Amino acid sequence: MNIIFLLIPVTLVLVGLAAWAFFWAVGSGQFDELDAPAWDILRDDDERPGPPA
Amino acid sequence: MADQAENCFHCGESLAGRTVTHARIAGAQAAFCCPGCQTAAGMIEALGLSDYYTFRTGGTRPVRDADEWQAFDDPAVYEPLSREEGGGRGITLLIDGLTCAACSWLLNQVLERTPGVIRASVNTATGRAHLLWRQDQVPLSQLLRNIARLGYRPSPAGSDAAAAQARAERHRLLKRLAVSGLGMMQVMMFAVALYMGDRTGMDADIRAYLRIVSLLVSTPVLLYAGWPFMAGALRAIQARRITMDVPVGLALLLAYSASVINTARHAGEVYFDSVTMFIFFLTVARYVEMVARHRSTHLGDALARLLPAIAHRVEAGAAGEAITDVALAQVGVGDTLLVRSGEIVPADGEILDTWTRLDESMLTGESLPVARGPRARVAAGTFNVEAPFRMRVAAAGGATILAGITALLSRAQSERPRLTREADRTASRFLARVLLVAALVCAVWLYVNPARAFDATLAVLVVACPCALSLATLVAMASATAALARRGILVTHADAIEGLAQVDQVLFDKTGTLTGGQMTLGEVKLLGEIDREDCLAVAAALEAASEHPIARAFTQGRTPCPATQVRILPGEGIEGQVAGRSYRIGTSAFVARGLPPTAQRAAQGAMPNLTAAHKASADESLEGIVLSDAQGLLAQFTLRDAPRPEARETVAALRALGLAVEILSGDAPSTVAEVARLCGIDRHAARQSPADKLEHVRKMGAQGHFPAMVGDGINDAPSLGGAGVSIAMSRGSALALASADLILVSDSLRALPQAVSLARRAHRIMKQNLLWAAAYNLCAMPLAAIGWVPPWLAAIGMSTSSIIVVLNSLRLMRDPPLRARTAATVLKPALPREA
Repeated sequence: MNIIFLLIPVTLVLVGLAAWAFFWAVGSGQFDELDAPAWDILRDDDERPGPPA
Repeated sequence: MADQAENCFHCGESLAGRTVTHARIAGAQAAFCCPGCQTAAGMIEALGLSDYYTFRTGGTRPVRDADEWQAFDDPAVYEPLSREEGGGRGITLLIDGLTCAACSWLLNQVLERTPGVIRASVNTATGRAHLLWRQDQVPLSQLLRNIARLGYRPSPAGSDAAAAQARAERHRLLKRLAVSGLGMMQVMMFAVALYMGDRTGMDADIRAYLRIVSLLVSTPVLLYAGWPFMAGALRAIQARRITMDVPVGLALLLAYSASVINTARHAGEVYFDSVTMFIFFLTVARYVEMVARHRSTHLGDALARLLPAIAHRVEAGAAGEAITDVALAQVGVGDTLLVRSGEIVPADGEILDTWTRLDESMLTGESLPVARGPRARVAAGTFNVEAPFRMRVAAAGGATILAGITALLSRAQSERPRLTREADRTASRFLARVLLVAALVCAVWLYVNPARAFDATLAVLVVACPCALSLATLVAMASATAALARRGILVTHADAIEGLAQVDQVLFDKTGTLTGGQMTLGEVKLLGEIDREDCLAVAAALEAASEHPIARAFTQGRTPCPATQVRILPGEGIEGQVAGRSYRIGTSAFVARGLPPTAQRAAQGAMPNLTAAHKASADESLEGIVLSDAQGLLAQFTLRDAPRPEARETVAALRALGLAVEILSGDAPSTVAEVARLCGIDRHAARQSPADKLEHVRKMGAQGHFPAMVGDGINDAPSLGGAGVSIAMSRGSALALASADLILVSDSLRALPQAVSLARRAHRIMKQNLLWAAAYNLCAMPLAAIGWVPPWLAAIGMSTSSIIVVLNSLRLMRDPPLRARTAATVLKPALPREA
């Protein structure tokens, strides 16, 4: 059972990393718009004509 | 093949009676109602963004051809609206017409592919776009024009503060949610191990280790995610009030400090699991509440969207007069402004030079544009349908009638949350009792057996935690909100669902709500020799030249024969030649002027009664339109605003649900009675001003009824604010949308009865939840007080009761089998309006 003395700190470090990653994601606006980005995947990106005149 | 298309490919408007243009879009022939829509579709196609048409779920607006954007290239105009930011200028725009995620995706793509745009972020939830661009590479007007060409209406947001604040709040809550969620899961794992250890035995060092680790994890959870509750409790105590935060903060603090002490002295119980779980559930509830709150649009936004950003000021100089475009804020009393055709009047004032027609429906509910001549008063927010005119400004900004209505509305809104206040009072009484009971329990146990006093007190506080109680309504509302959204109904205020379930009266506005706002031809009274068909053909030929809404009533469903020498006199009528003969159509005064004196006398018999009839009909805001040839009168036409196709069916369905239906309209009695008859409504009130409507709604409330108001115009906004529940059509004015609890996104009344029955189901489930939560609390509290419930069991019990409440609420998301199909039709990327 002594292995938990090592494993629990390891999980805590991982949890800390997860929390840090989430904070970063929130801060960089990843959660500001939850609806529109889901549509990007449905679009064909093969051709990219120029911008409007 | 193109002939099969009955609706415009871009905006979905009916094509009947219009000059249709065609273009190839996405490899197929498509038909358009106007060149504007065709340009928009062509632009979308050229950018390779045609998928928009496949994925859109909301409506798209027809494109208006008005270029008011040039002025935004003047640094004096755009500089106060934007700021220096990351290598360019940043500006926040309010975008009118963002109805679904596909819209924001489309805008984002179009903007970001324009050279000179550094970044564009479009947010459907707030209806805003943030644009970062290099002013030396692309003028702002070009970007605004691109947005407008797609059929959206951009307007610069005056202040970004409210949106920035909402964004910051959202970020804060999301972070708290993550910390408490992750922390809760960790602590729960250790807690399960500790519980098992208590039963089967565990080494003392491992036990101590698990406790210390739990302490390590729960400390940031309490201090970061739990801080708002503790701070709230502190504020409430300082203000000598009892809010939900007080027992929550007290229980958190007690449980946490007791756990820390017990961890330190290696004895007694620890409650870290209860603390973290508690904080997580409470944070979830806060988050749900915040999302609902942010969805409602801010009033300031609504006003900004309603008025143009730019006014054309006429300045007299040495070399005649010059017209400069100025920002709306720079317009002052006494200025002379030019209002072009198709523009919104920017301020209150007086017309100086010419006759025109103004669409005042947003202010008065009057469905037809009204003629206004020199020295007539015009109000900001009305729409110039016909001729360009000059006006002298009498009031601008906050002094306008529009601003007055807005103020009326905000007062009505502030008076409303009666239900909420009552709920708060009940909760506060309940919480006071909980604290009292906890104190009593503590005192009794200290007297009987001091060793168990702490456990029992804590158990009472945790058991009595109104967690399930507060979740009971919140989760049910959240799932009802989601279920309604799938049916095309947007809930903007949290208490709307509860209100909708209690509704016993439904009040409809007429124009734009029961009717679609489109004119149709009513009665035709023949006065001359030629027959009905010929009269209509001639009328259609003349009216084909006009863009006026009345004209569409004549041209709809007909292919007009050609008319020559057509002359349109704004506010009066049209004259022209059809098949070699000259005709006049318009007001009786205009038509009479065209008749030779002999014919005028000959028509004397008909005229007095005609003018009388016309006066009466004009008075009743029915449009009396007369047609004549060079010799004499031919016909008189009556126009009316036709009810929506689904109106009758909706009214019947509402009746079947046991609701009384009534019409409240600003229109004339005869028009209202006619629409009421067609929709099967027996009670109606005509000539209601915004204040009358509000008064009517209030009176109903005072009689013990619970009215729902369905409307779309600014004139409905105050009564929408004052009604128990307010429902707006998605094509309504921004102000109506801002004051509505529910928005019918599909712009169809059909969803309304469904919404009511769903709300009733939600209400039943809320009651079940409350009953369960209350029963649980009542049973568990005495048990906890006599010390039979250890705090860990209390925490498990509390969580279980919460989970039961949540699962019960989620039933709302499941569609009953029969209704599933209806929901699917709403979900389908449908055209915005029934053909």
